[in-house]
Amino acid sequence: MNALEKIFDKQIVVRSSTDNLAQIRDFTKAAALQSGFGEDAVGKIILAVDEACTNIIKHAYKFSTNGEITISITSSKGKFTIAITDEGTHFDPTQIPEPDLREYYKQKRVGGLGMFLMKRLMDEVKYGTITDNKNQVVLIKYLPQ
Amino acid sequence: MAEFNVNLRGVGSVSVIDVKGYLDAHTAPELENVFNRLLDQKQYQVVVNFDDLKYISSAGLGVFMAYVETMRENEGDIKFSNMKENVYNIFDLLGFPILYEFFKEENEAIKKFSGPEQS
Repeated sequence: MNALEKIFDKQIVVRSSTDNLAQIRDFTKAAALQSGFGEDAVGKIILAVDEACTNIIKHAYKFSTNGEITISITSSKGKFTIAITDEGTHFDPTQIPEPDLREYYKQKRVGGLGMFLMKRLMDEVKYGTITDNKNQVVLIKYLPQ
Repeated sequence: MAEFNVNLRGVGSVSVIDVKGYLDAHTAPELENVFNRLLDQKQYQVVVNFDDLKYISSAGLGVFMAYVETMRENEGDIKFSNMKENVYNIFDLLGFPILYEFFKEENEAIKKFSGPEQS
């Protein structure tokens, strides 16, 4: 059997409102559970997706609730991929340095933690621009063999 | 919509904030409101009881970072208690244990504000 045989594809489209974060988490949770992840990994995946969508609402749409966020989940054998797409302002995540909590504390800075968390919680995090100038972040978690 | 509840109570000179449910970018402003109320009342000794908190994202963690220094500048602090393991792990990932005190029980955190133990 092909090691990356597709098991399922799921997608939701929501408005760019923090109101919808709970719905996004529920959707992600159901898909991660269906793929066979344990409780601990499911928690990490949910948080990473929440952080990605929160960043889009904050930075790409600047808290306007008129934007759309598309979350597509593909589960293959051994690989769980979440592609999150928006049509807001592009921001370059590679320009944002990893936070140092002590420095943050001194400067009373409270942002930028989400991206750091996503990297720690997932196996891969990729940012890109796709057709029609849409932004996409792809989060990948591998299932334990 | 995410369920979140925040409750404020006084135990002696210490303000205890009970947080319940899901603390994310949508619900974090409710917690900020409570901290603003404490600043208005010049209450700087704060214990946050996480017993009923199921979930936290960086938006929630950011609230504590935004207020802790003001509390400390006024001889207070924000201390944490009764945290579930899954929630603590997120604080730990971001290095919070270097800068904040965590307690198993609320009363241990409250006692810490009353200075050295009397015998």
